[in-house]
Amino acid sequence: MNVVIGGNPIEIITSDVAFSRMLREQYADFIEPINNHRAAIQLTVDIQVDSPDSSAASDDPRLDDELEVRLDSGKWRLTRGDFYASYDPVTRTGSVRQSANRHSIDSVVRIIHSLSLVAQGGFLAHSASAIRHGRAWLFAGRSGAGKTTISRLAPDDVCLLSDEVSFVRQSIDPGEKFLAWGTPFTGELGKPGANCCAPIQGICFLEQAQENSLTAIGKAEALRLLMTNILFFADDPELVRQVFDIAAETVEAIPMFRLCFAPDARVWDLIQ
Amino acid sequence: MTDIYPRKAANLASRLLNGEAIVMNPVDSTLFNLNETATAIWLAADGRTSLREIVERDVCPQFTIDHKEAMRDAEEFVRALAEHSIFFLETEPLVDSETKRHG
Repeated sequence: MNVVIGGNPIEIITSDVAFSRMLREQYADFIEPINNHRAAIQLTVDIQVDSPDSSAASDDPRLDDELEVRLDSGKWRLTRGDFYASYDPVTRTGSVRQSANRHSIDSVVRIIHSLSLVAQGGFLAHSASAIRHGRAWLFAGRSGAGKTTISRLAPDDVCLLSDEVSFVRQSIDPGEKFLAWGTPFTGELGKPGANCCAPIQGICFLEQAQENSLTAIGKAEALRLLMTNILFFADDPELVRQVFDIAAETVEAIPMFRLCFAPDARVWDLIQ
Repeated sequence: MTDIYPRKAANLASRLLNGEAIVMNPVDSTLFNLNETATAIWLAADGRTSLREIVERDVCPQFTIDHKEAMRDAEEFVRALAEHSIFFLETEPLVDSETKRHG
């Protein structure tokens, strides 16, 4: 099946029927016909049977094992307790060995996107995102900052792109610097984002407070905050430097805010 | 006191935003937001100019700070960042060929 996130296709190949069925549910709105896209990344998944039913086990302790992403003889090696994967960026092919846990393939897909996005001037951010009045907003913050809460509080006219991981990429439209795309990566909301995109209007760094307020922040502080919220896993200084440059361009192009919010829906009055 | 000649490490990522530098060591992704005074030192740290000269030329006149206090703060700053491999502290000024080699 061809999973297309942010216009970037990854074809996931597996002979395991149950796993394939689970992926179709997990990535439902992001599955597109292969013919629609050129040069999809091909990822062959080899399912290891190591537990009776591990397909949705978010409590698998191996998910918390240390992740290692390193370039070895031209191939990326991705290892964590619950998976081993390799990816060749030249042939755009890779393989994954894992249990049938959906969280494992989700992590591998995120990592491969984070690597391939650098060349496109983009990144994955630990943030919720949504479209309102045709413009996208990001709500960045670590776990517990309120990404899922603000997503839950969104009024009906808001289109949610994700409550957990946002996909940001430079636009080819010279009038719009950066676009945010929906992703199937979910947080506590457990609901995939919409498969659509919009130019980014602003990036908000979340802070829980007694009252709602939206305050512009300085660009140097914004760059530091944005860097701490970018998901990038590779142990590769040159790529890290490129991610820094992309983040700096983002900060220079897009207004950055601190969004203090009490957990009530009126916070969305500030997002117009 | 012996002069020190701070030199920015090669291969760092940095950006000047509204007069303040943000510097990252891409090896361990540590980030440093520099205030205006620290940014002035950062910009001048070429390995050929002594810290004393940088403070006298770029810090004291611009920020109207007492020289002795400014020198103490500046030394503390460059030594702290040297521990994170952001600066190298030379005891002699680099000559041009060395500057090119170090980038």
